[in-house]
Amino acid sequence: MRSEQPSIRVVLAEDGVLLREGLAGLLSRFGFEVVAAVGDAEAMSAAVAEHLPDLVVADIRMPPGFSDEGLRAAVELRSAYPELAVVVLSQYVEQSYAYDLLDSGRADRVGYLLKDRVADVEEFAATLRQVTAGRTVVDPEVVRQLLHRRRDPLSRLSEREQEVLAHIAEGHANSVIAQLLVVSEGAVSKHVGNIFSKLDLPPDDDVNRRVLAVLAYLRGTER
Amino acid sequence: MPAETPLTPIQAVATRRFLIGWWPWRSAGYLLTTLAVGGVAFAGLAVLAGPWLGAAALVLGREPGDTWPHPALVGLLLVAGALLLAGGGPLVTLPLAALERFRLRLVDTRPVSSARRRPSWPGFGAWARTRYTDPATWRELAYAVLLASVLPATALVALVVPLGTAAVSVAAPLILRTDPGPVALLVTQVGTPEEALPFAAVGVALVPVCAYVYALLAGAHAALARELLQSRGRTELSDELVEVARSRARLFDLFEAERHRIERDLHDGAQQRLVTLTMQLGMTRLDLPADSPAAAQLDKAHEQAKQLMSELRELINGIHPQVLTDRGLPGALPGLAERCSIPATVTAELPRRLPSPIESTAYFVVAEALANVAKHSGAANATVSARTEGSLLVVEVADDGSGGAAPEHGTGLTGLADRVAVMAGRMEMSSPIGGPTLLRVELPCDPSSPQSG
Repeated sequence: MRSEQPSIRVVLAEDGVLLREGLAGLLSRFGFEVVAAVGDAEAMSAAVAEHLPDLVVADIRMPPGFSDEGLRAAVELRSAYPELAVVVLSQYVEQSYAYDLLDSGRADRVGYLLKDRVADVEEFAATLRQVTAGRTVVDPEVVRQLLHRRRDPLSRLSEREQEVLAHIAEGHANSVIAQLLVVSEGAVSKHVGNIFSKLDLPPDDDVNRRVLAVLAYLRGTER
Repeated sequence: MPAETPLTPIQAVATRRFLIGWWPWRSAGYLLTTLAVGGVAFAGLAVLAGPWLGAAALVLGREPGDTWPHPALVGLLLVAGALLLAGGGPLVTLPLAALERFRLRLVDTRPVSSARRRPSWPGFGAWARTRYTDPATWRELAYAVLLASVLPATALVALVVPLGTAAVSVAAPLILRTDPGPVALLVTQVGTPEEALPFAAVGVALVPVCAYVYALLAGAHAALARELLQSRGRTELSDELVEVARSRARLFDLFEAERHRIERDLHDGAQQRLVTLTMQLGMTRLDLPADSPAAAQLDKAHEQAKQLMSELRELINGIHPQVLTDRGLPGALPGLAERCSIPATVTAELPRRLPSPIESTAYFVVAEALANVAKHSGAANATVSARTEGSLLVVEVADDGSGGAAPEHGTGLTGLADRVAVMAGRMEMSSPIGGPTLLRVELPCDPSSPQSG
């Protein structure tokens, strides 16, 4: 999946040295340019201020407190640099983390991924590209858990619509969803339209509505 | 200790109002009654120790050259005395000890309860076995021996000597006016009323000293009586219970800290390495031609590593959920509800972070309760709520299942009750046959000690 575009510049923040080195290797291999690889949230913010990268890949749990410093720093970075794409790696699927992240900034160019996804190197690299290109990606595991619920207003969605919404949450475009579900792109558009109306989402620009649809899920778990 | 209302003469001595209060009189009364009761005790024990007294009389009254008494007779008397004392002693001391506990109220306002064990069976045999094997019986006997000897003797000396000295000193000038002749006072002798006057002054000054002497001695006696007669068992037991509860709480805290540590170690160590390894396997796979046998092998290894990774993730999360540490109950409970196979709604509105052990316990309660609901209740819906009421955290888990849940039906609920008890909390359950079931847990949490794990 090498692209001919100028390479994406990345700041990588991960406290585990082994994994940091490994990730840096992976990113370089797929044509990303790792401008800084740091081990804590403060250094991450400093590196972003210094290098103004296209993308930040951050672990949620970093020193000094080993709680959600990485996430909080990422949320701050998003409001400080609206054009910055941020992908947060989480050890566990937790909606409240995902929700905080998606609710930050304009709710695009964000990704919330389970750390395990780095094992599937090609998909991981592709996901980072998608986020940098402006998509929002939520880990399929989060979506799976959300679909597990039978909660209003989501319960109004048909099974097929829920499937479509799951793919939206994973950041796929309608054309890709059509391939995945083996239906026509027109059918997908219809589903998407139904989802928006059932979730009472205003006909705004399409990307935002897609994100808001995902947020509707996430909000459902926040109450 | 602040002696606002002294409980014993010893404490009373330290107060400023000691001399004008009741304590000197109470102490004197106690010492006086000690003389009377001591006499009774002596009489009772003397009867029992009669053979010993006889033996002593025989041995002491021996003329040189007498072949009588035969040593065997003396030995026999000694043994008989010991048997009589051991056998009959408790019979004498039972009423005596009761009387002494009653008399102790004179100088000690704290309640005293008997340390005696109750026989576990009716009937004389059980009563006797209990009596003679109870350490309290022998402590009471020891007290009775003291009461028949040392205690009245010291009481007598303490009552008579200082007061007598004071009385004679004060009276000396008067005595000398009517009856010339030297009067022995303290360490000297005086012959005229004029010489005796300073001694009279000393005598007057001695009166308050008497009060102090009485109080101190009565206090010492009372302390001894309390030590030998009161139910040490009961106070010891309650002290031990408090200590057990504390140590249980300490163990629990230790256990929690240890879980934190294990979780951190696994996360920082094994998990990071495994993620890195799996990633490297994925990278290596890119370098192999897709149809090579090595690629197939590597794919298998990669899959296994991924499987292992997610298993380890679940394991670590089970040890201690990270989100609970980060965000407390409102952040962690929805995730529990998510993973429950029955739809569960969560309401958790807490004004602040709670102490980490409380959070862990509440999390555990909800996790166990939801697992129970999923396994046994046949419910279609469950609700979880967590809120603070004053200084209580109240956690409720309800379901619309078939009911009939009871702690004795499974270890799950018993384990819950134990966890709640460690935190000095309460657990209530209502689960009529046919449902619905409501589990309510109250955990006291001190709002003044917020901490995050």
